[in-house]
Amino acid sequence: MTAAIEVRAVEKRFGNVGIIRDLNLSVAQGERHAIIGPNGAGKSTTFNLISGHIKPTSGEVRLNGDVISGLQPFEINRRGLSRSFQVTNVFARMSVWENVRCAVLWATGHRYAFWKNVDSLPEVRERTAQILDDIHLTHRRDVPAGLLTYAEQRELEIGITIASGATVVMLDEPTAGMSNAETERAVALIRRLTEGKTLVIVEHDMSVVFGLADRISVLVYGHIIASGTPEEIRGDPKVKEAYLGEEAH
Amino acid sequence: MNTATTSTSKAPAKPGGDGLRFYGVWLIGIAALIVLPMIFSSGGSLTSFSLIGIAIVFALSYNILLGQTGLLSFGHAVHYGLGGFAACHMMNAVVSHGWPIPLPFIPLFGGLGGLVFAMIIGWVMTKRAGTVFAMISLGIGELVASSSLILRSVFGGEAGITTDRTALPKMLGWSFGPQLQVYYLIAFWLVLSAIAMYALTRTPLGRISNAVRDNPERVQFIGYDPHVVRYLAFCFAGFFAGVAGGLTAINFEIANSALLGAIQSGLVLFSTFIGGTAFFFGPILGAILVTYLQLGLTNLTTAWQLYFGIIFIGIVMYAPGGIAGLLMMHRPLIRAGTLWTVIPSYLVAIVPTVALACGVILTIETVARYSGGEAINLFGIGFKPQSPVTWVVAAVLVVGGAFVARLTWLRIADAWDRASTVARDRGYLA
Repeated sequence: MTAAIEVRAVEKRFGNVGIIRDLNLSVAQGERHAIIGPNGAGKSTTFNLISGHIKPTSGEVRLNGDVISGLQPFEINRRGLSRSFQVTNVFARMSVWENVRCAVLWATGHRYAFWKNVDSLPEVRERTAQILDDIHLTHRRDVPAGLLTYAEQRELEIGITIASGATVVMLDEPTAGMSNAETERAVALIRRLTEGKTLVIVEHDMSVVFGLADRISVLVYGHIIASGTPEEIRGDPKVKEAYLGEEAH
Repeated sequence: MNTATTSTSKAPAKPGGDGLRFYGVWLIGIAALIVLPMIFSSGGSLTSFSLIGIAIVFALSYNILLGQTGLLSFGHAVHYGLGGFAACHMMNAVVSHGWPIPLPFIPLFGGLGGLVFAMIIGWVMTKRAGTVFAMISLGIGELVASSSLILRSVFGGEAGITTDRTALPKMLGWSFGPQLQVYYLIAFWLVLSAIAMYALTRTPLGRISNAVRDNPERVQFIGYDPHVVRYLAFCFAGFFAGVAGGLTAINFEIANSALLGAIQSGLVLFSTFIGGTAFFFGPILGAILVTYLQLGLTNLTTAWQLYFGIIFIGIVMYAPGGIAGLLMMHRPLIRAGTLWTVIPSYLVAIVPTVALACGVILTIETVARYSGGEAINLFGIGFKPQSPVTWVVAAVLVVGGAFVARLTWLRIADAWDRASTVARDRGYLA
């Protein structure tokens, strides 16, 4: 079976500075894959490279076997890859309902239609309502997204990301800045909403990572030094030295 | 909070319950357009209403860019003017070829004129939003405006292109010679365009335009190309601006380079912003006010443009949501039943604020009329611009008015704080 995401020998340089060096990563279909690493290791850059936000200097990225490196973000999204952002990135002046609905429109085939009334599209309405229900924001549906609490905005961020029904979901630090209770809630949410999908997640909270992930990759200075099951990663001496060891002190 | 949250979660899918009120507003608007010339039937009023109707279509078309898609254009009059020229050429062609096209169809060709130019120029222009778009729009505006004086065969040079609307085939016995008939033609196109532009905001494209306005980066990650969204919005804006231009051509029976110049572009930006870009009806209010002031103030003072500038700066600084934003701010208070608590502070503030405004007017008029020496008539009171008494009165009104007005404005802010806290507690304000 082809991997959901296959990153081969990807390099990203900004001027003379190599941020990502010889990055290789393979995420199997249906796998929950966590990317961990110290600050500045290039985790978000890796996300940006895969989702098309920035283009690799060399190397290639494949989604379900097709090369996607070099494509525009919206082209990659249309092929079934959706991502969230570390810094909340919603449509601030639009209501919660509108935020999710916008994310549903392309996938339901309405695209740039200017001859249909958006309020009378039953499948759009149902899907939007379903996602609002899933992220527990139905009671806030008419509130402008910019006025939500931080935790609510993070949930909306996840809602927008999964709304298109993408089969590959990438979440960039979905629980950053959340309290313990909020984190627990968010993890349960992520687990439920990505059921049967491929999940790639960047996360600092080790309890989240080891609780959620089937496989973990450790990124240090733009290079993946280890990739394996949580047990393998825990026991890996290289990881201990480069990352977990430092954390333990 | 709890009571409100349960009530909103049970609310039916929009618009549902608001339907009756929604159609009511439109029907009242249409009825007003029909009845208006029967109440105010003088030639001057008809001319004013016609101009206001055209200005509304133009401002609404501009808001497709500014309010809906977040594109600040300094050259929107290009599409308006080209629509006007297209309409004039079409009218002349209809007459000379004897085509069976009556006048009411002409604005459609104006719209096509605006649309075709938008389609040609738009793809490059809308590649980027923000400053890049604003600068290019300014450049294109100047380019077309200067071309209109150079390319004489199309634009008729300084004189422009003239036409005769009564020479077209009659429709239902209407010759469109009298201004009243032209008014109804404009009113018809105003209703048609307003409904179409409102409907556009309720389509998938209209919603995604808002998303592009709020966050073009994120739009790319929900499957949309913001460039395509901006381009389509630009084309629609161009079309409706062209319709407005076509109506102008019919109204004046002429199209000239003034239609597509920077002044027109500035005026539409002005009307739309003063009215308020965040609500569909904002530009309607703005167009009515600005056109009315333009017609009224030019008779009263030579410094009318100065007043426009002051109003504009005031709105930008103190009420960036425009008139519509100011009005809609009160909606949650009305719903929460706390509006009455802020009204007294408004009434108190009126007196010093009006005094301040009078002081400003007196100062401006004194400066404007000093050398000419004509008297200033402010609410029936005569002031001589050369008289020191006038200067003192102006200074007292400005300084004293500003000082007291500030205090009363703080009271308004206090009353607002209290009223909106209550509204928030009752769940009418997020």
